[in-house]
Amino acid sequence: MKFAVIQFPGSNCDQDCVASINGIDGLRAELVWHKETSLRDFDAIVLPGGFAYGDYLRCGAIARFSPIMRAVVSDARAGKLILGTCNGFQILCEAGLLPGALARNQSLRFVCEMVITRVEVADSAFTHGCAEGSLLRLPVAHGEGRFFADPATLRELNAQRRVILRYADQQGRVVPEANPNGSVENIAGICNREGNVFGLMPHPDRAADERLGSADGAKIFRSMVETIAGQRARAA
Amino acid sequence: MKFKVVVTPKKAVLDPQGNAVRDAMRHLGMPEVQSVRVGKCLEIDVAGGSVDLETRLHGLCRDLLSNPVIEDYALERNGMAPKTTARSRSKRR
Repeated sequence: MKFAVIQFPGSNCDQDCVASINGIDGLRAELVWHKETSLRDFDAIVLPGGFAYGDYLRCGAIARFSPIMRAVVSDARAGKLILGTCNGFQILCEAGLLPGALARNQSLRFVCEMVITRVEVADSAFTHGCAEGSLLRLPVAHGEGRFFADPATLRELNAQRRVILRYADQQGRVVPEANPNGSVENIAGICNREGNVFGLMPHPDRAADERLGSADGAKIFRSMVETIAGQRARAA
Repeated sequence: MKFKVVVTPKKAVLDPQGNAVRDAMRHLGMPEVQSVRVGKCLEIDVAGGSVDLETRLHGLCRDLLSNPVIEDYALERNGMAPKTTARSRSKRR
């Protein structure tokens, strides 16, 4: 199975993504420069963290117009799994593949710390290896991670069980103190209506090995592998 | 032809930067300040003046220069008062 990791000018977690994906059995990652126009050969696409185009204007605002994004959008529509972490999440929102937007942290500070997220949906394509309510320890590192969506969009996200992860405390309670950036309803990660596009501010790519303090991030990549394997088995 | 685009956070979006500036203004002897919203201003110089120029500029204001989920924009020409101010649209999913 082969995952594409898109490399924008200013991406800085592309190597982390490649390393964590390559650490999973049966999975191989390949970097794809943003000027490429096809992702035909890949089973899934990862948009890594960083500061694509220097985050000039707004995070992800310019990156969403990179040539490769046409392929990302068309593959997303075709049902391919797309994962956006941190800056990748911002790009997916700017591209209109996910609803809402990521605004400046409420504290106005860049946050760089380990956080706890609670799995809200256990049968999503990205978390079905995790029990509902289980906790994932993942690092965050961002200045613009405050998820915002208008009340109608929030109602839809909740009703359709599209909020995949929320920031929580060690007991798994979704409380304001556990919210690193002021995101509405402690939202850390959401998916699209079809469930094949997932964006989150924390970095699973920086927590895919116990030596890095947590291996919980690998659960997300493993879940993607199982989803794709399941799809193939059904198609065969 | 010169244009100015002013992008501001929507009313419903918390603007912590604006609040910090508001508090600083109050502390510096202006307790009357009720609220401050911090946005950005883009000065744009365009060669020529095709008839659909403003329409195309509005298109880029929505797609690139502002994010309609969290921001409003106003487009002014030659320092003239803005003719239109964008409100939210629902292209995003």
